[in-house]
Amino acid sequence: MMNRIDQKFSTLRHCGEKVLIPFVTAGDPDLTTTLEILRILEQSGADLIELGVPFSDPMADGPTIQRSSERALKHGTSLPRILEMVHEFRRDSETPLILFGYYNPFLCYGLRRLAEEGRASGLDGVLCVDLPPEESGELKRWTSAEGLHNIFLLSPTSDVGRIRLVAREGGGFIYYVSVTGVTGARRRFEARLRAQVAHVRRYASLPIGVGFGISTPQQAAWISSFSDAVVVGSALIDVMERADGKREKVKRIGRFVASLKRAMNGGS
Amino acid sequence: MPDKRGHFGLYGGRYVSETLMPALVELERFYSKVRRNPSFQREFHHYLREYAGRETPLYFAERLTRKLRGAKIYLKREDLCHTGAHKINNTLGQALLARRMKKNRIIAETGAGQHGVATATVAAMFGLECEIFMGKEDVERQSLNVFRMKLLGAKLRVVESGSQTLKDAMNEALRDWVTYVRNTYYLIGSVAGPHPYPMMVRDFQSVIGKEAKRQILAREGRLPDYLVACVGGGSNSIGLFYPFS
Repeated sequence: MMNRIDQKFSTLRHCGEKVLIPFVTAGDPDLTTTLEILRILEQSGADLIELGVPFSDPMADGPTIQRSSERALKHGTSLPRILEMVHEFRRDSETPLILFGYYNPFLCYGLRRLAEEGRASGLDGVLCVDLPPEESGELKRWTSAEGLHNIFLLSPTSDVGRIRLVAREGGGFIYYVSVTGVTGARRRFEARLRAQVAHVRRYASLPIGVGFGISTPQQAAWISSFSDAVVVGSALIDVMERADGKREKVKRIGRFVASLKRAMNGGS
Repeated sequence: MPDKRGHFGLYGGRYVSETLMPALVELERFYSKVRRNPSFQREFHHYLREYAGRETPLYFAERLTRKLRGAKIYLKREDLCHTGAHKINNTLGQALLARRMKKNRIIAETGAGQHGVATATVAAMFGLECEIFMGKEDVERQSLNVFRMKLLGAKLRVVESGSQTLKDAMNEALRDWVTYVRNTYYLIGSVAGPHPYPMMVRDFQSVIGKEAKRQILAREGRLPDYLVACVGGGSNSIGLFYPFS
C-alpha cells in the first residue's frame, strides 16, 4: 500500500495545489483538545499534519514551542497516550500524520515498539529533529519495516554532499529549514530562500517542504510559489495561546489555517 | 579513539539539528588536522606553561596519609592553575582552535561558573567576543563567578527556560549556535555534546594525567594503585584517567 504522504503529494501535484502542513504539540492544552484540533485542521485545509511530541529539552525550538511543550508535559502527555489519540483520529480520517520530535523520548520508548505501534495506530512518518541521517540507521531499520517514512531536514548551511545524503536516505519529503536558527515566527525571509530551495531541487527528487518561522498567509503564499509544501508551527501555537478557552482555541486555529490555505491557493 | 562517527560504544555520536551538522563536520576536520600539528601543539603548550601556570605540582599529602593509614596519598594540584581549576586547559586548547578557524565569537554554557570564568578569561586574552549562558538558579547561587566573568568582559545570558540550570543553559547555547553558527565557536567544557567535543575535551585535559604519570614515576618509581577523581561534567576525571589507560 502506498504511504499516505506520497499519495497526498502526488494527488495535490496533479491538481496543481501545494501542501499545507500545520504543526501542533500533542497534549497542549490537553490530548482531547488536540484530537479536536486535528479534526478542525483537516476541515480547514490541512493536507498533512505534524504532531509534536513534547520534550523537556527542545533545543531546536524557540520560546513558543518550548512553552507549548512545557504545558503538554506538565499534565503527563506521553507517547502511548499520543498514539491512542492518533488511533482515534485515524478512525475517520485519511490525512497523513507525521510524528515530530526529539530522539530521546523515541529511544526511551523503544524504536521497534514506536514503529510497530505507530503504524498500527495510523502514523505515516517520523521526523526526528536531532537525528541526522548519519545516526538514523537503527530507527530506519524499524520504521522502514513498517512502511513509515523518515523525513530529514536540510538547512541553509547544508552543502551538496549533505543534500545528496538526505535525498538518498529520506522519504516522503525534505523538510527545508528556512533560516539558521530555532523555530518561531519571523517578520521576513531573505529573498535568496527561493534560490536555496531551487539549489536543493537540483540534487533531490523528493518534494520539498519549507518551514521555520512562517507565520502569515502572505509568507505561506510566497513560499508555496517555489516549494511543494509549507509548514506552519509556532504561529499556530501563538494563535492558540491568544485565545481564551478550549473551544475558542480550536475555532481560531481552524480560521487561521483556512486563511493560510486560501492564500496558498491564490485567494486572499 | 571513538569510531568513525564519534561513537564510544553506546555513547557519543551526534544528535543535533541539521543546521549544526556542517559546523561539526568542519570542526572535526579542522581538529583532526591540528591535533597532530607540531606548531599547534607548541602553541598550546606554550600557553599552558606561560599563562595557565603548568605544570601543576603532585603534592604528597603527608598528614592525610598518616591519618588514613592505608595508602600514600598524592594530590594533583589543578586548583593552582590560573582561574583556580583545570577548566583552563580545555578552554585554552579550544580557543586556539577557534582562532585558527577564524571564528571571532565564543559562546559557552556554565553551571557553577568555573567553565564560564575559564572561557571568559581566554576570550579576553585572545580578544574574542564572549557570551556565557547560565541558568537563572545558578546565577543566583554563584554570584562571585558571575562577577568575575563580567569583569573579564563576557556578556552573561541568564537562562530562564526549563529548570533554569546547566542543561537549560546548554540548550540555550545550542539555540544561539544554530542561529549564529557562521561566526560563532561553541566552547563546550564537559565531556558532553556532539562529536568531536568529548574527544577534544579528553585530549586537552589529558595534560593532567600525563603530568601526574610522569611525576608519580619520578617520585615513587611505580604507577599508583588507584586514581580518584570527582565527576561533574567528567572533564577532570577523563583528563586524569586517560593517560593511565
